[in-house]
Amino acid sequence: MIPRPKPEKFRLRRTMMFMNAQRPGLIKDAYIYGADSIMLDLEDAVAENQKDSARFSLYHALKEIDYGETEVIVRINGLDTPHWQEDIRVVVAGGADGIRIAKTEKAEDVKIVEEATLAAEREFGVEEGRTLLMAAIESPKGVLNAYEICTASDRLFGVAISGGDYRKCMQVKPIRGGIEMLGARAHLLVAARAAGVQCFDTVFTSLDDDEGFRAEVRQNIEMGFDGKSLINPRQIQVVHQMMAPTEKEVAQAEDIVRAFRENADKGVGVFSLNGKMIDVAFVPGAERVIKLAKAGGVSAGGRLTRYEGDL
Amino acid sequence: MELKTVGTAGTLESSDVLVTLEPGPSGIELSLESSVINQYGRQIRATVLETLKRLGVTNAKVSVNDHGALDCTIKARVECACYRGCQCDADGKYPWGGVIK
Repeated sequence: MIPRPKPEKFRLRRTMMFMNAQRPGLIKDAYIYGADSIMLDLEDAVAENQKDSARFSLYHALKEIDYGETEVIVRINGLDTPHWQEDIRVVVAGGADGIRIAKTEKAEDVKIVEEATLAAEREFGVEEGRTLLMAAIESPKGVLNAYEICTASDRLFGVAISGGDYRKCMQVKPIRGGIEMLGARAHLLVAARAAGVQCFDTVFTSLDDDEGFRAEVRQNIEMGFDGKSLINPRQIQVVHQMMAPTEKEVAQAEDIVRAFRENADKGVGVFSLNGKMIDVAFVPGAERVIKLAKAGGVSAGGRLTRYEGDL
Repeated sequence: MELKTVGTAGTLESSDVLVTLEPGPSGIELSLESSVINQYGRQIRATVLETLKRLGVTNAKVSVNDHGALDCTIKARVECACYRGCQCDADGKYPWGGVIK
């Protein structure tokens, strides 16, 4: 058995890639693509008559494949199916890092999964509280209840909007620029930030439309998403590249953090740096830039290089 | 576990293995086809037999058609074929980490 490091509630999750848990060819070397997280899927990717088979496959993959630093999340079947309870047992027994709850509509859904997860941790002798949760919001009702969902459990690290089902409910199609998803994305982001959890955008399914994908990722970054669900390994590096701060941004962030610390030591709270007013409100943003640079690399001339500064 | 009917699991895709278990008169009768039979035939056979033993299957006709599956996949497919052939859903509580390991 491969011992996995204890899951971290807050870590970098720029890219979360779906993989069908039933297909050995996909899951055997899923870590080589370099996604921050992989999401092994027991839900929609698995046909109804293969749900049993997918669990056996998942269990042994979790036990025997070394995914290294890649986070391993499992998407379980919805609470309206006969599968979710056994899904939770196998996820916990296998030692996955977390569970993605499909079609979350209310806080109660998270609490039900949390309870079953705790029961499974006790049954299989897994440290209580180890298994993290995230909720996929796929309906207008889920969007409206986003804040109560975000605050339903200490295990919950984030929420993801899921475009396929949401658009179906809203009777819309994907549109360039994303006007059809604007309300849901914005509402979910506000709820997640208010609750202090992460927020992830939906998959982009037109695999041949590179320009459209980049435009959507750019909008995700501008809106403040922590990351994106992906369905193709080709999309991973694009997101990492686009989310990486530039050398100039890193230098500015370093200046802000250093100047703030120096001024704070002197008892000064607000000051001017290169003609711009700086106070405590700028510090978390600057620290986030440095964290991204440390983890994902700095974008210099189209290449990712790792941050080697001292902050 | 006792097979009641034919149980099948897996596919013929690369990295997968198709396992079929049929109720048999006595003992395990194993037939193996594999794209890597010269390199790994013995190991595949051992993994299949060991998994059946752990599941307590003593009488079965076993057919294994392998396309380069890892050990973890072979175990998963044998177990699934067995639970299907025994028409057993473990009352919805499979013994993860017990006989399934």
